Amino acid sequence: MTITLTHFLLISAILFSLGVYAVITRRNAIMVLMGIELILNSANINFLAFSRFGGLNIEGQMAAIFVIILAAAEAAIALAIVLNIYKRFNTVNVDEISLLKD
Amino acid sequence: MTNELLITLGILLLPLVSFVLLIFTGKRYVDKSGLVGTSILGIDLLLSFYILFSKLHAEVKVWDFTFTWINFHTFVNSVPLKLDIGIMVDNLTAVMLVVVNLISFLVHLFSLGYMKGDVRYSRYYANLGLFTFSMLGIVVTNNYLLMYVFWELVGLSSYLLIGHWYEKKSASDAAKKAFIVNRVGDLGFFIGIMIVWMQFSTLTFNGIFTSIHNGIIPFDSNTWLTAAGLLIFCGAVGKSAQFPLHVWLPDAMEGPTPVSALIHAATMVAAGVYLVARTFPMLTADALLYIAYIGAITAFIAATIAIAQNDIKKILAYSTISQLGYMVMGLGVGAYTAGVFHLVTHAAFKAGLFLASGSVIHAMHHALHHVGDHHTDAQDIRYMGGLKNKLPVTFWTMLIFTLAISGVPLTSGFLSKDEILAGTLAFSKFTGHTLIPIIGFFVAGLTAFYMFRMIIVVFFGEHQDTHRFEHLHESPKVMTIPLIILAALSLFAFYSFNPLSASHGWFYEKIVPPTVVVPEAVSATPTVEFIEEVHHQHSLAMILSVSVAGLGILIAFVTYYWKKISADAVANALKPIYNFLLNKWYFDELYDKTAVAATIGASKVLAWFDLKVIDGIVDGSASLTRLGSYISGKFDSIVVDGLVNFTAYLAGFFGMLLRAVQTGKVQTYIVFALVGLMILLALYI
Repeated sequence: MTITLTHFLLISAILFSLGVYAVITRRNAIMVLMGIELILNSANINFLAFSRFGGLNIEGQMAAIFVIILAAAEAAIALAIVLNIYKRFNTVNVDEISLLKD
Repeated sequence: MTNELLITLGILLLPLVSFVLLIFTGKRYVDKSGLVGTSILGIDLLLSFYILFSKLHAEVKVWDFTFTWINFHTFVNSVPLKLDIGIMVDNLTAVMLVVVNLISFLVHLFSLGYMKGDVRYSRYYANLGLFTFSMLGIVVTNNYLLMYVFWELVGLSSYLLIGHWYEKKSASDAAKKAFIVNRVGDLGFFIGIMIVWMQFSTLTFNGIFTSIHNGIIPFDSNTWLTAAGLLIFCGAVGKSAQFPLHVWLPDAMEGPTPVSALIHAATMVAAGVYLVARTFPMLTADALLYIAYIGAITAFIAATIAIAQNDIKKILAYSTISQLGYMVMGLGVGAYTAGVFHLVTHAAFKAGLFLASGSVIHAMHHALHHVGDHHTDAQDIRYMGGLKNKLPVTFWTMLIFTLAISGVPLTSGFLSKDEILAGTLAFSKFTGHTLIPIIGFFVAGLTAFYMFRMIIVVFFGEHQDTHRFEHLHESPKVMTIPLIILAALSLFAFYSFNPLSASHGWFYEKIVPPTVVVPEAVSATPTVEFIEEVHHQHSLAMILSVSVAGLGILIAFVTYYWKKISADAVANALKPIYNFLLNKWYFDELYDKTAVAATIGASKVLAWFDLKVIDGIVDGSASLTRLGSYISGKFDSIVVDGLVNFTAYLAGFFGMLLRAVQTGKVQTYIVFALVGLMILLALYI
């Protein structure tokens, strides 16, 4: 059985869905961040798959590397934010942080 | 304008200057105001003497100056419609100028003593100036318009002077009564003027008489001509206190006595007679007949009332009304010159009588004040008596005036009264109205009786209170000199050198009846024939009048001097008649019950109408507006506010609904975003 683009895209979609699911359902902010990482990585899989099978070639791989860099930067900033949230609210449970409502 | 007319204008305006001067500066120079007013009047008097002499010697019949005041630039009955006014001087005017100025000057002089120390001394003199100006205005105008204006002005100044002591309720009431009663007559006068204006489009005497002479009469009807004449005569009825509007004059005695002498005896009340004399050419036989009867009735009623009065000024007031009735009767029967002549002679002796009574009241007042008596009426003749020796000048002058008014020979009153009585005899001969001469002679007797009653009661007999009697003193020179001058003028020599007949004196020569212009069918007896007949009747009139006057004087002496007849017994025996006379024929009560009550009733009805209907409409519209605003207020608060609130509520309601969506949790928003994205994808892919 040959592995085709479809398989990659399927994996990517599952990964994306899992990421989204994590973002939506997790109470812990750290877990939400992890969900975001999953989404980013699913996007990376797409880029690489299209670079291998589609017409993207090397540009796809470059974009993936950019995404990894971006994810690292994002993780750093997001963890700083979470740290601040914890300092402010004494919790990282996102359900309890509903200041937007008021 | 000739020089003489300019001087006349000056004569007219000088008293106005006096008025303006005193009314504005009088408060500052109170002591001087009397002297200023008197000296201005003195100059005025000299000027009017000049006018009289130059007019009597002038060839021209009338000095006239007319100018167009308003030109309407339209035509009525093909006559240009314009309002002409102006002044004129004929012999009658010249004589009246002197009469008015002379009496006014003497009254000014007299008042220097009489009104000394009065609370409103300067205003008194200012008002005298205003009155003199207005009265001169009546005399010098040549048209009904200005005459009416001045007519009202004399009414005003009379009102001001009657109410001079307005703190006294009776004085302010009398002033109002005089003014209101005069308005009744003036209304008729005004309607008469309007009829004349409608027809002739001019108000100058000359223009009107010329038109009538040319056969133009109001509405082509002799009745209208009679009506116009009688309506104008209404003005005279009011001003000259003729029956039935005579009620104001006795009350007017509330004013200061010199004012009564000037206004209510000599000049203003004579204005009515002057008006009739001016209107004489356009009076028809019917109108003259009415006028004669009004005069006769007035003379009779007033003379009978005068018998029963005890107030010295009231007696004189009624005698004035009676004499005015005489003048009007004289003019009515056609004795034009006699009527005017009586006006002039009466002005002198009646002003004298009032001033003399003022002197008596002045003396009584001081004596009462001196003994501390504040209850006794200083004007009641019953408290007087025996004043002959205390007030010699006043007594002798007053006696001369009384002889004059009683028509005793050698006095001026005899001359004029005689002519009127001769006129009535001639009139009855031509027309058959014998009642008029009968009343005339009867009143002559009554006049002599009540005047001598007054003289005897005041000056003869014993004074009740010896203490008071000692404090009676003759008045100062400024008060007695006018009396002496007027007494001299009450003698025959100034009017005619023949003591028994005036018909050859200068007065009869210069004051000739004007040409009658009414159509021949309705005109009275032609002047020439009438004068002829008067001459025939003259001796009879003289004998009769002297004998009735003598009889009246005799009865007065018998009753009050020798006391052969007890006046009280007579009064008791004829109690109903006596009360009837004492209460002035109940005219005041009659008018109170009828005219006054009707007016008050009408005003009550009108007040009710005002209160209920007019106010009801106003209140109704107000409450209607309130109702409207209440409704619109409710509409506002319920419907409009309801809509607004409903909108707000609706927004709030949806806000509530949408609020649930906004959880504030980022994850929820992400879900929404995803769901939205999916929907969009489902829709577009």
